[in-house]
Amino acid sequence: MQLNKVFLVVAVLFLTACQAPSSEVNLYSARKEALIKPLLDQFTADTGITVNVISSKADALLKRIESEGKNSPADVLLTSDAGRLHRAKQAGIFDQLDSQAVTKNVPSQYHDAELTWTGLSVRVRPIMVTDSAKPLGIKSYEDLATSALKEKVCIRSSSNIYNQSLVAGMLASGPAESVEDWAKGLVSNMARAPQGGDRDQIRAAAAGQCSVVVANTYYLANMLNDTDKQSDFSAASAMSIIWPNQDQRGAHVNVSGAGILKTAPNKANAHKLIEFLVSDKAQQLYANVNFEYPVKPGIELHPILANWGTFKADSLNLDQLGENNAAAVKLMDRAGWK
Amino acid sequence: MFRHAKFRLGWSLLSTIIASLVLFPLLALVWISLGNNDGVWSHLSSTVLSDYVVTSLALMLGVGAVTLVIGIASAFLITHFNFSGKRFFEWALLLPLAVPTYITAYSYTGLLDVAGPTQTALRNTFSLKTGEYWFPEIRSLGGAIFVMGFVLYPYVYLLARAAFLEQSSNLRDVARVLGYSKRQAFIKITLPVARPAIIAGLSLALMETLADFGAVSYFGLSTFTTGIFRTWYGLDSVAGAAQLSLVLLSFVMVLIIIEKASRKRASYQNKKSQQAFVATQLRGRQNIIAIGLVSTPLLLGFLVPIAQLLIWAIETHAELFSITFWQLVLNTIGLAAITALLAVVLAFLVAYASRVKPGLTTRFAKLGVSLGYAVPGTVIAVGTLVPLARLDNSIDAWFRDNFDISTGLILSGSLVALVIAYLVRFLAVALGSIDSGLTSIHRNIDQAARSLGHKPFFVMRKIHIPLLRSSVFTAALIVFVDVMKELPATLILRPFNFNTLAVRAYELANDERLMDASLASIAIVLAGLLPVVLLTKASLNTDAKT
Repeated sequence: MQLNKVFLVVAVLFLTACQAPSSEVNLYSARKEALIKPLLDQFTADTGITVNVISSKADALLKRIESEGKNSPADVLLTSDAGRLHRAKQAGIFDQLDSQAVTKNVPSQYHDAELTWTGLSVRVRPIMVTDSAKPLGIKSYEDLATSALKEKVCIRSSSNIYNQSLVAGMLASGPAESVEDWAKGLVSNMARAPQGGDRDQIRAAAAGQCSVVVANTYYLANMLNDTDKQSDFSAASAMSIIWPNQDQRGAHVNVSGAGILKTAPNKANAHKLIEFLVSDKAQQLYANVNFEYPVKPGIELHPILANWGTFKADSLNLDQLGENNAAAVKLMDRAGWK
Repeated sequence: MFRHAKFRLGWSLLSTIIASLVLFPLLALVWISLGNNDGVWSHLSSTVLSDYVVTSLALMLGVGAVTLVIGIASAFLITHFNFSGKRFFEWALLLPLAVPTYITAYSYTGLLDVAGPTQTALRNTFSLKTGEYWFPEIRSLGGAIFVMGFVLYPYVYLLARAAFLEQSSNLRDVARVLGYSKRQAFIKITLPVARPAIIAGLSLALMETLADFGAVSYFGLSTFTTGIFRTWYGLDSVAGAAQLSLVLLSFVMVLIIIEKASRKRASYQNKKSQQAFVATQLRGRQNIIAIGLVSTPLLLGFLVPIAQLLIWAIETHAELFSITFWQLVLNTIGLAAITALLAVVLAFLVAYASRVKPGLTTRFAKLGVSLGYAVPGTVIAVGTLVPLARLDNSIDAWFRDNFDISTGLILSGSLVALVIAYLVRFLAVALGSIDSGLTSIHRNIDQAARSLGHKPFFVMRKIHIPLLRSSVFTAALIVFVDVMKELPATLILRPFNFNTLAVRAYELANDERLMDASLASIAIVLAGLLPVVLLTKASLNTDAKT
């Protein structure tokens, strides 16, 4: 008798535990938890909706969602590049976004035409130089392959998604043969075999190993902002940004972004989360906490970013970065870009 | 008699079941590799595949040499001589294993890189410019061999030390009587007798080398693992990545076959000596040299990287964790303990089955179980996830059809999947240690016990398990530490809001922000140290008793 009661209670408790509380949203995030936490905390404070997070590599998360199928608990997939969003869209796991919230805030080049995903923050990948390279008069990505830059360029591995996107973007704007020749020229201009991350390229340039660097701006901004780390601060201070291809297509940009899953169990909350992330409040956080550029025009920038001035961004629809990604990697393999 | 036959049949069935646990995710890989790969394979073989093979082989050779030299030399010093601080070094030599390889790699890069303090000081002191002097490039093949060698040598040390201790002094006495010098006795007797254990340790170090991703990708090396992820993430070819993983597996097969062959040729079984081996007391200069020698791996594998982390922590005024730190510790230690326990039990069953019922089935089971260790965690995670989620969805569909209840994802969405993935990856480690322990128990003992009328189960419980205690502790220790450090499988398989120490360290340390994560990393290493020290002490004590 006693045992039966206990069993009943346990069973009921178990069932209640299984019932998901209505005010939550499940996020599969390819961005590190620490980077998005301020945003998510703000969302919870505003709406009372709890955000559950699993952070991992985008492709691994995508595979997990596909394997989990219709029982997947995931509501929203957050990635740090457009290529992965395109991939998720191709896999057919994204649902339609709320067109009003997205189109009101996000320019059309930063979401796909079918509105299955939207960008949330813009990441720019310009050229950075030390004073000694200023006289070289570098104006474009194409200039990186000229023989004047022999052993002057530091750039990270072609396994890195930002380099893959850069080349994918070039493939969208010019013939493949000339992009491949460019990649070969760049490889022969490298001051050292590709290694480390974007910050490491900036550090190496400041130490004099090279004088021309390709890196995302938020790395530089982070190093400039953290005055505690003397060596990093002075390394970053030694760099000047060159906004490339300003007379032509513009500087290469990518986005971090998100889409809602067809199988999402908390769809209403998922829409609220996306709506929040493109709102002024969240966009300001992107600009001031992570030093990324907001996708929404007209948001006030952090002084470090404002200081770099305005630039023309490549207006390519970012879906194309995903479409060209595999071709870009193969091209870099052939060019010997490690 | 009949009951004994049944007893033996049960063993082969049991080992088959355990082996299929490991083989299932690997078979899932074969299945995934059959998918459409859009000519990725021909692209790879015409461009980068040879690079992957050559670099991986060179890395294995280098790391193998470094771990062998350091592991054997330090085990030899610790077991054959008495010198000041020996009891400390005995367990401290294991410490490098507590630091994840990629953290050691980051620290050394910070220290020795062109922009780091060492080269900056060099330039300032001699007013040189970059390029005007020679300095070894840390982010290179040589750098990777150095870092991994000094992190992974404890595998060889641990197993070699146990093997040296198990040898009777009689063997060496005989050698001396035959006129061998001490050195000759070591080379001709001690080393060959310990070979199975040393090779078991070496193959663990090599498999870990093959599976490493964090350090090699930071160093910009093109190995199999970086190639697998490049193919998957960059070329968007899961099938191509799975095919590369299978090639990697064939490497591992060769490694295992070499190991098995070397054991077969050297199937030494020796009785425990009644007479404990007496270590030579060192004095004066010899004492100092011995201390210097055993300090070197400890210094380079542990103290230097930790010191670099400490300096960063002070420089950046890093802050320690919030309260969630203890939750992380609890999560990590819980997972590591459960996995270590399960791994030891399962590995014992597999190893024991092949002793009780030698034959094709049990031998294949052992081979199968050994495969997982060299496969990158992410690949194992996917191999575990795909079949488990499929099972979950079929169970769910069945319940929906029959009872109108949705069971959801019972296995793949929970820690069960994570523990299974850990077991697939780390069972080989436990098996290596326990199997080499079991081989060194002479079969005469079994026969003697059986002829006295004892049942097989009694022999196992009263004779083998007590004799294996040291190997079992070693196995548990390594699995525990490996799970604590494990990152990629944890990242992809964990449930919502579930973090471990390694995950947190990675999230902070990634993006070249190790400086921000320095204190966190130190705390993680420290939190990992306590169980390591406790387990090592327990393992050392058992040695002392037997």
